[in-house]
Amino acid sequence: MESHKLQINVTVNGQARSSQAGQSLDVLLRELQLDSRMVVVEHNGVIVRRPDLVETRLDEGDNVELVHFVGGG
Amino acid sequence: MWVEGNEVLTNALEIGGRSFQSRLMVGTGKYADNPTMVQAIEASGAQIVTVAVRRVNLDRSQDENILHHLSPDKFFLLANTAGCYNADEAVRYARLAREAGFNEFVKLEVIGDQKTLMPDVVGLVEATKVLVTEGFQVMAYTNDDVVTALRLEDAGCAAVMPLASPIGSGLGLLNPYNIRTIKHRLSLPIIVDAGVGTASDACVTMEQGVDGILMNTAIAAASNPVAMAGAMKLAVEAGRLAFMSGPMPRKEVAKPSSPTKGMLDQT
Repeated sequence: MESHKLQINVTVNGQARSSQAGQSLDVLLRELQLDSRMVVVEHNGVIVRRPDLVETRLDEGDNVELVHFVGGG
Repeated sequence: MWVEGNEVLTNALEIGGRSFQSRLMVGTGKYADNPTMVQAIEASGAQIVTVAVRRVNLDRSQDENILHHLSPDKFFLLANTAGCYNADEAVRYARLAREAGFNEFVKLEVIGDQKTLMPDVVGLVEATKVLVTEGFQVMAYTNDDVVTALRLEDAGCAAVMPLASPIGSGLGLLNPYNIRTIKHRLSLPIIVDAGVGTASDACVTMEQGVDGILMNTAIAAASNPVAMAGAMKLAVEAGRLAFMSGPMPRKEVAKPSSPTKGMLDQT
């Protein structure tokens, strides 16, 4: 249980970020004030489907990419 | 539309099992502001609207996210893989786009040269094969080469999208012959993508018999994008209507339209 309070280093959209070990992607999105219906999450190169955001947890060195639709041709 | 009982313009465009009324597709990039973009898209009458997949800017996601401005209930969002320089990258972007949950369509771009933005046709065919296996409806942005277009058809594309001229150039339709050849040789919908600069370009392009046009810069970079969007709507409709009407053959001789008989002092 102690391990859940450990600080870990993760990368979110190329930026270093400190997070708690075991934090779910769902909570990360909320911290970033992002609506999970508006973004798509890639966790260590693997797409995480929306229903799985709650169960997918962060670990030391994880890489998260958050994408959305922007203007384009 | 203008002619009573004329079904030429009402005949729908079918792509990947879906039916669309408008033959004009528009991009959402390069607009000065979002309200202008929305007004221009509405004026264009387009149903298919392209969007790009990009990292969320963690400081200003609300402004950039297109879903805050365009309703996915009102428009068919066609995600592109713009900015991708190899097949793997394009496949990755396509998968992310599909996960957004709107549809299984992708406007596949694999760019081969940063300066000219010309497609890497080898990577394009490669990525198409992967995506088709995964159930995507692939609309492939390609050059105006008939052999590449045939390969894309064989690979299982839903539509082939040859360029009129380079992306964002506004040079118009540089090789009408190539576009006609692609249209004649393939049975897939042919949507000309990129290069249209003004309304006459759009009209001439539709007169080649293609099924539709996709454009972005021609509208977004006009001094009045909303008015230009209206012009493009009319031009695409006019070009389609003219093509379906069967234009007269070209002749390099003059032929009077008025009677030659009945002139004064004739004997």
